[in-house]
Amino acid sequence: MISVKRLVLDILKPHQPNALEFSCTLAGVDDDYRVELTVIEIDENTETVQVVIEGDNINFEAIQSAITNMGGSLHSIDVVEVQSEPDNL
Amino acid sequence: MNKLLLNAFEQLRFLLRITRTHGIVRRYFVVNGFDGALTMLGLIIGFVISASANLTVVINACLGAAIALAVSGVSSAYVSEQAELRRALNDLEDAMMTDLKESAHGDAARWVPLLIALVNGIAPLIISLLIISPLWLSKLGIVFFVSPLFIAVIIAFILIFLLGVFLGRVSGVSWLYSGVKALLVALVTMSLIFLFAG
Repeated sequence: MISVKRLVLDILKPHQPNALEFSCTLAGVDDDYRVELTVIEIDENTETVQVVIEGDNINFEAIQSAITNMGGSLHSIDVVEVQSEPDNL
Repeated sequence: MNKLLLNAFEQLRFLLRITRTHGIVRRYFVVNGFDGALTMLGLIIGFVISASANLTVVINACLGAAIALAVSGVSSAYVSEQAELRRALNDLEDAMMTDLKESAHGDAARWVPLLIALVNGIAPLIISLLIISPLWLSKLGIVFFVSPLFIAVIIAFILIFLLGVFLGRVSGVSWLYSGVKALLVALVTMSLIFLFAG
């Protein structure tokens, strides 16, 4: 089984929800996610942020859905860290 | 059921937060609540001056005005806020270069105008019903030591004072000063009615 351990995402988002609320929602997608958000650029209505997510087995679809639900748009996946683990039978 | 309601309430608060419409809801509540209170005060004083009004006529006239205020409040706020929030959503969609109708911003553009409209309509209705409650109680046979119209006027003054107090607390100025200021508006209204309708 391959588990995603770390993702660095480049996201364009509206100013609201703010960075704190945005990060908390992403962290709340699963029990063990750790999220770090850095604002890269701010425009009149939007901001570009870099989000680092760390977890035991990150569910990318759920993360993407949470981003879309908050009005964000995933521009790119900049860093990925995955790990293969033996399947438990 | 409780959890469902709590989630719906939290979601609504979230939508208000992302559209930054907390202040608008509060403003509509006070503005239209004030409208309701002053309209009832004016009607009741008009009936006091007329002297011979039957209680059923007073109740029906006040209730008619209260319902009209509520419907006017709901419809006007819904139309204007829906237009405003749609425009804000379109601007955001242009900036994001994506369709946001399925996002929280799309939900906000659909639900927040409805919430604002309900607050705008319900505020004058509740305040009006509170003001005319002594008239109802009197009609149901409860005996007051003074005229129920007089008690209704006193309730109107109390509610107007409380709306002023609420505004004072929101703006961070003295609640007493703000309450008395609102009360003065009611007194001026009452004086104008006595002056012109007397």
